[in-house]
Amino acid sequence: MKNRYRLLSILCGNARRLVVIFLVIGGCLLLSGCQNDQGVEHPGLDQNATPVYGDTFIEASIGDANTLLPVLASDSASSEINGLIYNGLVRYDKNLQLEGELAESWEISPDNLTITFHLRKNVLWHDGAPFTSADVKFNYELYVDPHTPTAYAESFRQVESVETPDPYTFIAHYSKPYAPALLSWGMSIHPQHLLDGVDVTKSPLARRPVGTGPYKFSEWQSGEKIVLDANPDYFEGRPYIKRVLYRVIPDLSTQFLELQTGGLDFMGLTPLQYDRQTDTPAFRRLFNKYRYLNFGYAYLGYNLRRPMFQDKRVRQALSYAINKQEIIDGVLLGYGAIATGPYKPDTWVYNPHIHRYPYDPKKARSLLAEAGWTDSDGDGILDRNGQKFAFTIVTNQGNDLRAKTGEIIQRRFKEIGIDVKLRVIEWATFLKEFINPGNFDATILAWTGGPEPDQYNVWHSSKTSPGQLNFIGFKNAEVDELLEKGRRVFAQAERKVYYDRFQEILAEEQPYTFLYIPEALPAVSKRFRGVKPAPAGIRYNFIKWYVPKSEQKYTR
Amino acid sequence: MLSFIAKRLLLLFPLLVGITLISFAVIHLAPGEPTDIQTQLNPQASSELQERLRVQYGLDQPLYVQYGRWLGRLVQLDFGDSFASDRRPVLDKIIERLPVTIMLNLLSIFLILAVSIPLGVISAIRRNSGFDRATTIFVFTGFAMPSFWLALLLMDWLGVRLGWLPVSGLKSLGYEYLSWGNQIVDRLSHLVLPVFISAIGGLAGFSRYMRSNMLEVIRQDYILTARAKGLSERTVIYKHALRNALLPVITILGLAVPGLIGGSVIFETIFAIPGMGKLFYDGVMMRDYPLIMGILVMGAVLTLLGNLLADVCYALADPRIRHGHQQRGPS
Repeated sequence: MKNRYRLLSILCGNARRLVVIFLVIGGCLLLSGCQNDQGVEHPGLDQNATPVYGDTFIEASIGDANTLLPVLASDSASSEINGLIYNGLVRYDKNLQLEGELAESWEISPDNLTITFHLRKNVLWHDGAPFTSADVKFNYELYVDPHTPTAYAESFRQVESVETPDPYTFIAHYSKPYAPALLSWGMSIHPQHLLDGVDVTKSPLARRPVGTGPYKFSEWQSGEKIVLDANPDYFEGRPYIKRVLYRVIPDLSTQFLELQTGGLDFMGLTPLQYDRQTDTPAFRRLFNKYRYLNFGYAYLGYNLRRPMFQDKRVRQALSYAINKQEIIDGVLLGYGAIATGPYKPDTWVYNPHIHRYPYDPKKARSLLAEAGWTDSDGDGILDRNGQKFAFTIVTNQGNDLRAKTGEIIQRRFKEIGIDVKLRVIEWATFLKEFINPGNFDATILAWTGGPEPDQYNVWHSSKTSPGQLNFIGFKNAEVDELLEKGRRVFAQAERKVYYDRFQEILAEEQPYTFLYIPEALPAVSKRFRGVKPAPAGIRYNFIKWYVPKSEQKYTR
Repeated sequence: MLSFIAKRLLLLFPLLVGITLISFAVIHLAPGEPTDIQTQLNPQASSELQERLRVQYGLDQPLYVQYGRWLGRLVQLDFGDSFASDRRPVLDKIIERLPVTIMLNLLSIFLILAVSIPLGVISAIRRNSGFDRATTIFVFTGFAMPSFWLALLLMDWLGVRLGWLPVSGLKSLGYEYLSWGNQIVDRLSHLVLPVFISAIGGLAGFSRYMRSNMLEVIRQDYILTARAKGLSERTVIYKHALRNALLPVITILGLAVPGLIGGSVIFETIFAIPGMGKLFYDGVMMRDYPLIMGILVMGAVLTLLGNLLADVCYALADPRIRHGHQQRGPS
């Protein structure tokens, strides 16, 4: 026991020293924090400041990366790290338009069947080997190889053939025009010289990746951290921040505590943290908070094979009966926007002129009465031909937002005379027993997406068999045609015509009640300058972020 | 004695096969498959892809074939490759998590014994005293308190507000550049909270156990005899009583052997410590069958060996058991 006390007193002794250091650092940050505030408010100052190299950027992920070979990775931690190590031929710019990355430019043939990429010269792999069109060809073959266990083969299967007339030109031929094809070339390019003839699942690159990207792999301690170092030869210039460190911290509360101690420089906050727990002078001194709409939306989807949901007036009535703003306020504390369809309001494809469903229980009741649902026996529950209007909403466990959304909807439906039960089910069982076989009445789920508007897999009538994504069984001939046309042309203006009409039909039919689009709520340490929020978020120009010399925290 | 051990060791094998058979069947009964993470609700994944993946993983075979193949490999001490997309050997994944887990568990067992034995003994001797009541309250509070909640409170208080201890992880950033002495301090300061939190439940239970054991021993005739001989109270308690009260500790330590490689998901998650608990939990969530089976087999072997070890030590330490065994004669 004595030993234990001695141990504690040693630690406390050391802690006192730590406190002093803390105060000193805190003081510096306080001063610099004020300057920084001005810097952010007056972008002019930021432009005058000259970026300098150095410092480390630390962020956390809830799980360890699985593999740093993008072709095999399907978890978010791996994808995020791979995004700094590898490049694709194209990428989204800050305004969510496609721009060249490893490709300097590209041309699409008039018949929309051939894409010719002109590759950048002087791009080097992290081991010094040159990047050429042979690498791109190898990647195409890697993704479509039946022995490669990848989840990303589908869009490359649309390719008919590829050719490489010279080291800096790559041509892909398609048998049918396929608009999402261009985006699919944004997939990470792997090095041919290290993977050719190797079983990709056995490659050491999964643990020691070699890419062309702004950061080079440095170190990986399983379950603990991954360290990346700036690539001095990066073709867009050496990134200012010298090192990026990903820590594995599985618990969000712990991440938040680490953020407050300065152990993390970046974290995506929850609405509760953003609204209530970070509104302190201490936090504001150390961090900038940002908010912008995520890609992705939550919805209540109706199984259209069920007789009660086959009348569109019923679905419209249900949409009128749900107060979406109330859900956003209650579940997201207001940090979200009402979803009106599958697209985000600030994108080119979004159609603002569609029919909306504001909260209107009277209208809901009258629509239901029109469809034959009335409370004929006076028990408070609507009925039709002796059958009560009762159904079950299923959703998955582990997402508190969805369960809470379900409870709010349950109450609103009760008020117009619909008896709803809510079941929350473990994810694997949820998919296997309920969603995939179409064995549910209604479900609360969410889709995440990106700027590419193709929605073929979710809404086309050919995708309604068990296990496919149109699990609500939505079939509409006009939508089928619009979706087919939309993926066959590249011109944005023409695509917009098709997708505008597609959104109109969804708004009219209400196969889903579109609920909300959550906001991303990142906090970034004020040390980091050059953060410029844009439609693409804040991370798109990460290689231009920097820390002024006087504020650099990690010098090694 | 030796033939007893040999017999027990032989009996382990059928038992082990039984355990693996049941575990194998149970984990395959759970809905979902390892391929789900890559293919479910993924617009880029076709159903052929799922089939191809199932063939690659060997999941297209009937269950008994899968079990046979797995057992065949296990006999050659090959635990197979993980189904996670890194496809690393299961053994590598387990071995890299073992040192941290074992160190934490050893420290925590040490802390539990070092604190709860004296605590239990003193409260037994001074039964119903103020000290006894205070420890009772402390112990039951410790028992009832959810450890994750206590952990978060301590992290916020000692880590964020006071800044005395690191919040999570095992080492500070820049650990490599610290001097040798500071490296040790850094390591220890990271261990204080996790060890304390993981010990607190056991601490509570074990000191209660120790107390009731001691109370029982003190009532025995041989303690009366010892006192009648005129031995000092010190000798009676610490030599005659304590020794006997400590016997069940052997069983507890035996049972703790498999616990050495088992971790707690909750505190590993909260303190961001890469240990066995999290590895196993993630394995179950991903339906990573080879990994789950690998950890279960190791756990089963250690449990069985721990039990055997406890029995043997018991026989060595307690003459009553040793002689009782001999009385039955050679069998």
